[in-house]
Amino acid sequence: MITLNVNGTLRNLDIPDDMPLLWALRDVLNMTGTKFGCGMGLCGACTIHIDGFPTRSCVTPVSAAANKRITTIEAIGNTSAGKKVQAAWLALDVPQCGYCQSGQIMSASALVAANAKPSDGDIDAAMAGNICRCGTYPRIRAAIKKAAGDKEV
Amino acid sequence: MATRELDSPSRRGFLTATAAIGGGLLLGFGLPARSEVRDTLTTDAPFAPNAFLRIDRTGKVTFVSPMIEMGQGTYTSLPMLIAEELEIDVDAIAIEHSPADDKVYANPAIGIQMTGASKSIRGFYGPLRQAGAAARVMLVTAAAQGWKVDPSACRAESGTVVHTASGRKLGYGALVDAAAKLPVPEKIALKEPAQFKLIGTPHRRLDCAGKVDGTAKFGIDTRLPGMKFAVLAQSPTFGGKLRAVDEAKAKAVRGVSQVVRLDDAVAVVASHTFAAKQGLAAANPQWDPGPNAKVSMTDIVGQLARPSEKPGAVARHEGDAARVIAAAAHKVEAVYEQPFLAHATMEPMNCTVQITKDGCDVWVGTQVPGMTQAAVVKLTGLKREQVRIHNHLLGGGFGRRLDYDGTVRAVQIAQQVSGPVQVIWMREEDIQHDMYRPHYYDRISAGLDAQGKPVGWSHRIAGSSIIARYYGPAAVKNGVDRDAVEASANQPYDVGAIHVDYVQQEPPAGMHTSWWRGVGATRGTFVVESFMDELAVGAKRDSLAYRIALLDKQPRAKNVLQIAAEQSGWGKPLPAGRGRGIALCIGFGSFVAQVVEVNVAKNGAVNPTQVWCAVDCGVQVNPDTIRAQMESGIVFGLSAALYGEITIKDGRVEQTNFGDYRVLRIHETPRIDVVLVKNLEAPGGIGEPGTSCVMPALTNAIFAATGKRIRKLPVADQVRETV
Repeated sequence: MITLNVNGTLRNLDIPDDMPLLWALRDVLNMTGTKFGCGMGLCGACTIHIDGFPTRSCVTPVSAAANKRITTIEAIGNTSAGKKVQAAWLALDVPQCGYCQSGQIMSASALVAANAKPSDGDIDAAMAGNICRCGTYPRIRAAIKKAAGDKEV
Repeated sequence: MATRELDSPSRRGFLTATAAIGGGLLLGFGLPARSEVRDTLTTDAPFAPNAFLRIDRTGKVTFVSPMIEMGQGTYTSLPMLIAEELEIDVDAIAIEHSPADDKVYANPAIGIQMTGASKSIRGFYGPLRQAGAAARVMLVTAAAQGWKVDPSACRAESGTVVHTASGRKLGYGALVDAAAKLPVPEKIALKEPAQFKLIGTPHRRLDCAGKVDGTAKFGIDTRLPGMKFAVLAQSPTFGGKLRAVDEAKAKAVRGVSQVVRLDDAVAVVASHTFAAKQGLAAANPQWDPGPNAKVSMTDIVGQLARPSEKPGAVARHEGDAARVIAAAAHKVEAVYEQPFLAHATMEPMNCTVQITKDGCDVWVGTQVPGMTQAAVVKLTGLKREQVRIHNHLLGGGFGRRLDYDGTVRAVQIAQQVSGPVQVIWMREEDIQHDMYRPHYYDRISAGLDAQGKPVGWSHRIAGSSIIARYYGPAAVKNGVDRDAVEASANQPYDVGAIHVDYVQQEPPAGMHTSWWRGVGATRGTFVVESFMDELAVGAKRDSLAYRIALLDKQPRAKNVLQIAAEQSGWGKPLPAGRGRGIALCIGFGSFVAQVVEVNVAKNGAVNPTQVWCAVDCGVQVNPDTIRAQMESGIVFGLSAALYGEITIKDGRVEQTNFGDYRVLRIHETPRIDVVLVKNLEAPGGIGEPGTSCVMPALTNAIFAATGKRIRKLPVADQVRETV
């Protein structure tokens, strides 16, 4: 039995310690906003926050998240940075197929929370781990700049 | 957009929430209201004038979309067509995925229910405006009858009918019962372009809200009570068979309930994906590798190269190209090669199936619901109406979801499982068992006169016929796969005598080829536009001016080339190591030209820094979607041109995941500027030509920067090897 703090709610789960968080979220808690893409931390589709840090949930065992705060796409809009990022994403029509966007938004929210004025280099460094096959990268870049420039929402 | 399940809260409840959320966002950021997307098979609206529309008593309009959203923006542009004629607010339209039906929901430009070939707008530009207009006429007539006035004295406006003289007004919801009793008008005058309020004006996507908060539902997000998860392994060698599995070890993994054996695959069923994945590893499947165990790329390329020395089936023949080329002042010839490509959609292949005594339910994202249903009918022996395909948003299509092999696999597995089961392909399985873009081998030659103008052109294409597999061999007329010779047989340049032929050569049995973004245009444009560059070099002419001189019959092509060139500062000198390349793509009813600027480092590393793109796709429905699709197509094409390659060794695919099947990332993505050409020509497709155009524009830029001609994709380390 393990206790996870997911979006502020404590969840007791009878799952193996080495189960990647991704599958605990998707298959056990039925929280499908976090996506499976590669299973090896290569594509970023599964990005969540652990204590505010962007983390690839497909290669992070649940044991590593015990006693820590897990934040997923379902709740990132409750943070100031997440709200600004989602608003910028909508304003610039960033998503296409949308499948990778949960992970993109989680990575971008962590960047915007930590960096009030991200440069192109900062954006490259923070976002290079997130693949988008629809090629929304130019709009992701623009939306991050917009989100960082927006006042509190 | 929130994807709603059938058992979701009442529509009224949802609308209340929508108003609050949408209203708040509207005040804060000027964002669109949330649109709603639902699964199919519900109908509670009294007024359903045609297969695409329902209006209920609250005035809510539901659009049953014949085409599926896979990123291309069709869930915004198609509703715009309806709303334009129905006189309603686009943002208020709820969207439902259409049920499987190859007749009712056929794309008129294709003939079946298929989202592909960049044909959604081309197929539905007329029919959906007609559908909206028919509903409007019926609602206006119903109001006029109630008021006992002439319909011509009334007008439709923002979801209401207004009697102009008296100012009386009724919402559509109040009129639906009366309208439903009226005959559907057969022919209605549609708006003239000058009257358009929506078409041609950028409109925010309707599908974004759910895509930024995690609520958008893809096939892989299907969750059903009692659902199990299955991870599968198919024979790693093409044509191999399952020999043995260690079922006891698999079942020893906690959570594993079952091992399902198929002739050439095995699946482990469990309470969650992690257990299924571990169970599959424990099962340690053993395979009989079959007849292709020794096949490698050398064999496959050899099987293409040798037959391509002999004449193929003739796709185009005007004049005596062979004689003209032989007698020409100057001869240029080349061999081009393009690799197998995987689609690597971000959403890996998956399908959820439940078989009951009443039939078979399939939850999947597909570009071809009707074909998928037919395949399940064939496999199960059920009646068509017993097979229910619940379509979903697609986490990328690019042609991969034009095939239904994943659904067939899932149903085969579900036939042995009690209750619903989600079959999910790990990324390695997805890459190693894709339906690949064929490996192509082209021989091309041209004769130039003393002034460098082409007088003869000969082009032979060798490769797999996708059409023969997909539609059956009978669809290949006179030996010519019309997709394989697309953009080659009908290339636009005035080149004098021309001969284009095609040699069909299939890869090892069990390895399947299929559609990949840009299809024949992507393959043909790379060869023709690269070779055109070679001719310009041979003629010692500027490659833009050289093209323009051969396009007298193609004013729209000339125009986009000139715009892209002008935007890019074509002709202005660049520092050493940098170069610009240009290319033209005529395809899908659209004209696209691009200039790529590339920087080649001293060590040979290639970095495209900027792309200028001019697109003339005729009437523009949603201009921002056109920009987005050009950006998307360019990134997709650059991924393939720079890195994309599936190779075969010992009868199996060598690549496994994004580590060795590399795709473009944000820091490698160039700046992209798109210019839209406005006119009222018939609407063209925009999902694919951006991809087709960028590959030769990139390699032509590499030549300009380095003098290295890329005749074999991907670029990979070819430039590094020459410096």
